[in-house]
Amino acid sequence: MFELYFPIAVLAVVAVVLALVLMVLSGILGPKRPDKVKLMPYESGMDPYGQARDRYSVSFYLVAVEFIVFDLEVVFLYPWAVRFLDLDAGAFWAMMVFITVLLLGLVYTLKKGTLDWDSSTAAHNRA
Amino acid sequence: MDLLHDLSYFWPAAITSIGGLAAMMAAAFKTDMRWVNAVAVFTALSATVVAASDLVAGHSGLLFSGMVAHGGTAAFGTFVVSLGTLFTLVLSRSYLEKIGHHYAEVYALILFATTGMIVLASATDLVALFVGLETMSVCLYVLAGLVRERKTGIEAALKYFLLGAFSTGFLLYGIALLYGATMSTSLDVIAATTDKGGLYWAGVGLLLVGFLFKVSAVPFHMWTPDVYQGAPTTITGYMATAAKTSAFVAFILVLGRGLQGSVEQWAPVLEIVALLTMIVGNLIALVQHDVKRMLAYSSIAHAGYALVGLTAGTLSGYDGVLFYLFAYTLMNIGAFAVLAYYETADGQERSTLEQFAGLGWQQPALGVALSIFLFSLAGMPPFAGFAGKYQVFAAAIEQGYITLALVGVLTSAAAAFYYIRVMVYLYFKSPEQPVSLPAVDRLYGWTILLLAGLTILFGVMPSLIVNLF
Amino acid sequence: MNASQLLPLIVALPLAGFLVNGLAGMYLPGYRERKNWIGWFATAMVFVPFLASVTLFMGLEADSRPVTYHLMTWLQAGSFTSDIAWRVDQLSVVMMLFITGIGSLIHLYSMGYMKEDEGYWKFFAYLNLFIFAMLNLVMGDNLLLLFLGWEGVGVCSYLLIGFWYKDMEKASAAKKAFVYNRVGDFAFLVAMFLVFRHVGSLQFDAIFANLDGIPADAAFWIGLLMFIGATGKSAQIPLFVWLPDAMAGPTPVSALIHAATMVTSGIYLISRMSAIYVMTPEVMLIVAVIGGITAFVAATIALTQTDIKRVLAYSTVSQLGFMFLALGSGGFIAAMFHVITHAFFKACLFLGSGSVIHAMHHVEHELDHHGKHVHFDPQDMRNMGGLKAYMPSTYKTFLIATIAIAGIPPLAGFFSKDEILAMLYNAGAFYQPVYFVLFGLALVTAFLTAFYMFRLTFGTFHGTFQLSKRYPEAAGAEKYLHESPWHMTLPLWVLAVLSLVGGFMGFPDFIVQTFGNPDAHSNWLHGWLIGGIAEYDLALAKPVKWTILLASTALASFAVWLAYQRYTGDRAAESDAALQRGLGGAYRLWSDKYRLDEIYEGYVANPILKLSDKVLAVFDLKGIDGLVNLVAGLTNFTGSILRYAQTGLVSGYAMYLVVGVLLVVGLLLF
Repeated sequence: MFELYFPIAVLAVVAVVLALVLMVLSGILGPKRPDKVKLMPYESGMDPYGQARDRYSVSFYLVAVEFIVFDLEVVFLYPWAVRFLDLDAGAFWAMMVFITVLLLGLVYTLKKGTLDWDSSTAAHNRA
Repeated sequence: MDLLHDLSYFWPAAITSIGGLAAMMAAAFKTDMRWVNAVAVFTALSATVVAASDLVAGHSGLLFSGMVAHGGTAAFGTFVVSLGTLFTLVLSRSYLEKIGHHYAEVYALILFATTGMIVLASATDLVALFVGLETMSVCLYVLAGLVRERKTGIEAALKYFLLGAFSTGFLLYGIALLYGATMSTSLDVIAATTDKGGLYWAGVGLLLVGFLFKVSAVPFHMWTPDVYQGAPTTITGYMATAAKTSAFVAFILVLGRGLQGSVEQWAPVLEIVALLTMIVGNLIALVQHDVKRMLAYSSIAHAGYALVGLTAGTLSGYDGVLFYLFAYTLMNIGAFAVLAYYETADGQERSTLEQFAGLGWQQPALGVALSIFLFSLAGMPPFAGFAGKYQVFAAAIEQGYITLALVGVLTSAAAAFYYIRVMVYLYFKSPEQPVSLPAVDRLYGWTILLLAGLTILFGVMPSLIVNLF
Repeated sequence: MNASQLLPLIVALPLAGFLVNGLAGMYLPGYRERKNWIGWFATAMVFVPFLASVTLFMGLEADSRPVTYHLMTWLQAGSFTSDIAWRVDQLSVVMMLFITGIGSLIHLYSMGYMKEDEGYWKFFAYLNLFIFAMLNLVMGDNLLLLFLGWEGVGVCSYLLIGFWYKDMEKASAAKKAFVYNRVGDFAFLVAMFLVFRHVGSLQFDAIFANLDGIPADAAFWIGLLMFIGATGKSAQIPLFVWLPDAMAGPTPVSALIHAATMVTSGIYLISRMSAIYVMTPEVMLIVAVIGGITAFVAATIALTQTDIKRVLAYSTVSQLGFMFLALGSGGFIAAMFHVITHAFFKACLFLGSGSVIHAMHHVEHELDHHGKHVHFDPQDMRNMGGLKAYMPSTYKTFLIATIAIAGIPPLAGFFSKDEILAMLYNAGAFYQPVYFVLFGLALVTAFLTAFYMFRLTFGTFHGTFQLSKRYPEAAGAEKYLHESPWHMTLPLWVLAVLSLVGGFMGFPDFIVQTFGNPDAHSNWLHGWLIGGIAEYDLALAKPVKWTILLASTALASFAVWLAYQRYTGDRAAESDAALQRGLGGAYRLWSDKYRLDEIYEGYVANPILKLSDKVLAVFDLKGIDGLVNLVAGLTNFTGSILRYAQTGLVSGYAMYLVVGVLLVVGLLLF
């Protein structure tokens, strides 16, 4: 029964080896000019250390929530797309309904200005 | 086509979700609120009519590959939930306008919550059940915190959310364990299980916990008073009736359909919980001075009475609970609606008993209606509340649960005290300063009178609805 | 027309009266002013059912089957159904006759008495609703419908006591009546459930057919619990304190509800279930003991009261005690007999007192009108005296009713009281000697009754008008006294005549047998009811019966003579003072009503409230409600502590949840 898992084992080994090789290569080949910002764990400008009570814009959360929604959409879409030819029309329409609902949600958030990062117009829209 | 065929038996949920989407779009495009209200009410009305015709038609079966049922208990649950939603939507408008929170999103959320409730109340598979439960809960969390500039509103939403998430964890864990024990989430397959190990019982236990939390049974009731008090009053009425109804109907489906074979094991558990719930709910309600909070504790107590019917674990017990829920929906929405009127009628906030002094003589019809609702909640004949109580107690006695019936009767005798106290303040005390309440919105007033009329009608002739089960 | 079709009519008319007057009054302000129409309409809605009841009564024989009418199925729970159906047998029809008959008279009387009241329409709507509920109580074919009426009359009494809602004292009296009644009601409900458990039905016919299915201990509990229910409704120890306070309501209400009809529903219930009671002698004894003590206690309190309505109220409690004595000694028919005669003379007394109060109010009003502001209690008999000259009809009818209640032959009260005494002696002789003690107590009570009733009558109507002596400004006020209008005196006369002759419906067999045919039966009521009631046999020898009869007559006559000596000719005040000196501590105890109110407040109601306040408030405040308080208190601490406190609270809730999870899962697993 182990032979069943053999391809997975190969994949795991390849993944680990590839990662190690890339790290070692970049360590050897890359230029080294470290500064303070570059040494931060996330290079996106977000400091993971500091006061827990710092406030930051609610827009981060809104984007994150929306990202999750559309990220999860793929979970449904992918298997549906793979098996699409074997399915009947009902499955097609079901997925259309699903996408329409998501679309309406997107329209709503757009109209409410959740993706509008200019705080003055965003505030106006949300009011 | 299967899907359309199944959908044709599941119209109420489809209607409410479409209505919810429409309300959401209306919110996005800032449509005139009168239209939004009208469309939402129309949606709920159509859902109610369709649900009623499904109920009367009397067919039944499984839909969507056995995920949900239609007809019978599920149809009745759908009907009561839709009816509760309809009344809530009709009553919410003038109240929300008064408190300045009349948004289209409210309608969207209520209709989405209703969709969740309908799915919950018809689920025959634990996965569908969970989806319905969460759809409902998430919407309710938001609705609880609608009045966000008040601390009690935020407190309500946050507490509801945190504890709700906590209890959902238990429920989900229970579903997982049951799946582990029976290799299925379908209630019918679970019912057929003969091998009941520790995994099975732990799963059943956690499932019960999840439900007991949603119906706010003691000791899972701690969120109820805070949430009911902090939420806008008509929404509180909605949560206390429609949400509770759907959770109880799902409870009945799970117990009656999935776990009927283990009735000897779970009935004693529910017996203890029902006893605790009736005693604690009623006793704490006795010492409340805030009317809304009093009604919150009273709703805990009523969950206890409904649990009495579940404990009986028989068909007549379940039917008793269903009738009880129906009666409770009528009288409780009515009571909260009159309360909402008193709270906001002349711009003065009223919540404590003392502030209700002498109000019964203003707008006498509303005072009479509130008295009817309170008498009915207290379980006085000939109102619907009595008929409901009677049926659940009778079912319990048939199964030999004399203690339960005794405690039930005793606690309802004690309960009369706090309901009557409200009426004493309404009629027999004079207000500190003379008040004069403005006339009530016409539609609002007639809706309340309709509810009062139904409370009497189904008290005198419960057979009208009982025969539909 | 078929007799059974009369039943829905009898029930529906009072309901229609309530709906029409109630709804029209609520929505049409103009309608409220049409008092003549409202009053006559409401009266007709009770009088027509009275005529229908008479028709029914004529159609029934002593051995007829009950007349039944099935309207619909009301409740259905599993195997069990309960109907809205009426069943009229010999017992019910007797109750119906006097409920609708006396009810009509009191409606008529109220048209005069309530004339000036702004809530006239409401009053008549409530009265009709009361009649509706009371008819359901006595006509119901099952315990559940009986219970519906039982609760209904409670609600109506609550509405009618609190009728003058602006008066705080009345509001709290109404609440008191309601809460005490609820205590009794739940006992009744539990008894009902027990019946259902053992018989499987609540229908009277089914219950009586399945009496074998009720084991002895269940019969004991059913009997006891129903009796507790009856003590609430019929104002017996320990639940009687509400009735005297209920006198705060309008006087016609006191006459109808708190003397003639509602308070007797407990006696009706026990008579109806007599078949269960005879199965359990222990409960019978409890019933008799409670009744005896109540009769005596209330009579002693009545002796010390000066408020004319309160004397009558305590007298009612005492007479109800007599009825329970009868029930407890197996004299169910004797109790019903006393219910009927008591309804006649006590309604007459209450209406007479209403007439007096009406006149006294008028005096106060007229004085006020002439610029003399004298404030006195129009119900205090110390302000009255000498009224017989001004109110001849009221005086004569009041006197007749007083003679009747005192037990002087051949008026109504004499026969019923004598039958009760005989049944008590009978129970002592053939069942348990302890009944002899109760017999003695009943004799003492009968003596007291005659004495305090004549004290009241003489003090009110004889001598001279005391008001002008007590209040100098009120000199000459007697010229404002006047007799009441015919609406009010006609009912008085009808009731007085009934008090005169009503006793002959139960004329004792043994009197006829002594003087005439030894097999004669003159006790019509006994023969009428014996088919449906499990009465003990009265097996006493004739000489014993004669002795009891003569002794009770002598005792009552002596009491009347004593009262005549003491309370005529303006000597009421001195005599009361003398009585007070003579009896000392006992008198104080009596006039303080045995301090029962205080005991209940101090030892029962308050501690329970305090306990629940304390225990539950701690639980509630600290556990749930305290969030706000706690947060407020903790703001003084540093932010970090506040944070801990806040998270601590929600996690406190979560802790309860976990405890609950352990409970549920633990119970299932082990």
